[in-house]
Amino acid sequence: MFFRTAWLVLRKDVAIEVKSLEVLTTTLFFAIACVLIFAFAFVKNGQAPEDAAAGILWIAIAFSGTLALGRTFERERYAETLRALLLAPAPRPALYVGKLLGMLALLASAELLLVPLIAFLFQAALFSRPLLLVGILAGGTIGFCAVGTLFAAMLVRARSRDVLLPILLYPITIPVIIGGVRGTAALLASPVDEPSAIMWIGILAAFDVVFVTLSLWTFEPLMTE
Amino acid sequence: MSVDFTSVQIVDVSRHFGRRRALSRVSFTAGSGDIIGLLGPNGAGKSTLITILATLATPSTGEVRYGDQPAARLGPALRIRIGLLAHELHLYPELSARQNLAFFAQLYGLDPRSTVGPALESAGLADRADDAVSGFSRGMRQRLALERALLHRPRLVLFDEPFTGLDDRASGLVADRLRALAAGGAIVVLATHDLDLADGLVTRVALVRNGKLVSDEPASSGLRARYRALIGAA
Repeated sequence: MFFRTAWLVLRKDVAIEVKSLEVLTTTLFFAIACVLIFAFAFVKNGQAPEDAAAGILWIAIAFSGTLALGRTFERERYAETLRALLLAPAPRPALYVGKLLGMLALLASAELLLVPLIAFLFQAALFSRPLLLVGILAGGTIGFCAVGTLFAAMLVRARSRDVLLPILLYPITIPVIIGGVRGTAALLASPVDEPSAIMWIGILAAFDVVFVTLSLWTFEPLMTE
Repeated sequence: MSVDFTSVQIVDVSRHFGRRRALSRVSFTAGSGDIIGLLGPNGAGKSTLITILATLATPSTGEVRYGDQPAARLGPALRIRIGLLAHELHLYPELSARQNLAFFAQLYGLDPRSTVGPALESAGLADRADDAVSGFSRGMRQRLALERALLHRPRLVLFDEPFTGLDDRASGLVADRLRALAAGGAIVVLATHDLDLADGLVTRVALVRNGKLVSDEPASSGLRARYRALIGAA
């Protein structure tokens, strides 16, 4: 029942997104605009400052992710459908997992576009260790989305949710952002600093376990008025 | 775990939002086959009570009981038997009528192939089944939302203003549906401002004002006069 519910929620979110493309296009446009602005500012004569690509990648992920979180839950607020989900006889944490998977799919799509774009514009060797890059992106994105999904769901009925979401989200996800930036920077070092990258993947995985566990544990009490 | 739906008891329930008191020591019992008319002016606490009965909010003090079991302990076994039609319709506007019903059917563990078709027929939307709900009128959405709320054959049916946006014929059909649900043994709680529709439909009346239960009595004719006497002008 748990995984079936999570799957149903994910499938429903994908079906809505396929019809409207609203959140995906907004997120992608925002992420690309973010990268382009940094490229205009930092790339001079085809050269970008060392490690800039790592920071810009994670700024684009964090900012576009926040935008996507807000828009995704705005949909559940519009006709109070989140209440209908909470009323269903499924374990309530399964709803959280379904929404989390939807967010992960959305940010993974953004990253599919962001990584080659940044690699091209900043001449960054992001693909030198593709498996390590996937590990860092996955670790950082899961941690960010785990906290973001919980907070966005919690704030659905708050009047100033658009202001409160980044205020609550960024301080708590700082360890994830640091892990993502330092891990990506290790991949961009010459020669590639594999031990550091692996260490950061481990740290990100530990954060993910903590954040996902805490979110699953607190979702139901936080969502009951 | 099975839940005893022969009656639901609201025992001394209060609910505070910060310093604001939405409900104050409300107690009543609703039995199988009852249609309880939850009446009162705006802000009286009707929707809060419905939200508590729907398990979407917890009482600050007091409890809701099903037989000898407190609702707080029942979880999914209770929720699978609750149907809620609130003022907001709980439908995804981007999805079609069929997709909305299929999603909720699956969420309740039902086979959409056997449940969605009859529900669309019942809502009178079989010919618009594949249209996005965003293109529907308020009345059409309301009819679809009613079917969504009843897909899983709930034993406790909670309706918050179910007649909003419906024409006379559709309102009459909803009223007939409520009678049929009660006749089938469901407990129906109906919060409404439409005293004319409630009159003759509800079997018991719970009048709420300022978060307090003013009266809990069997329904009799002349509901509007009784309301005026206890609450004020309707």
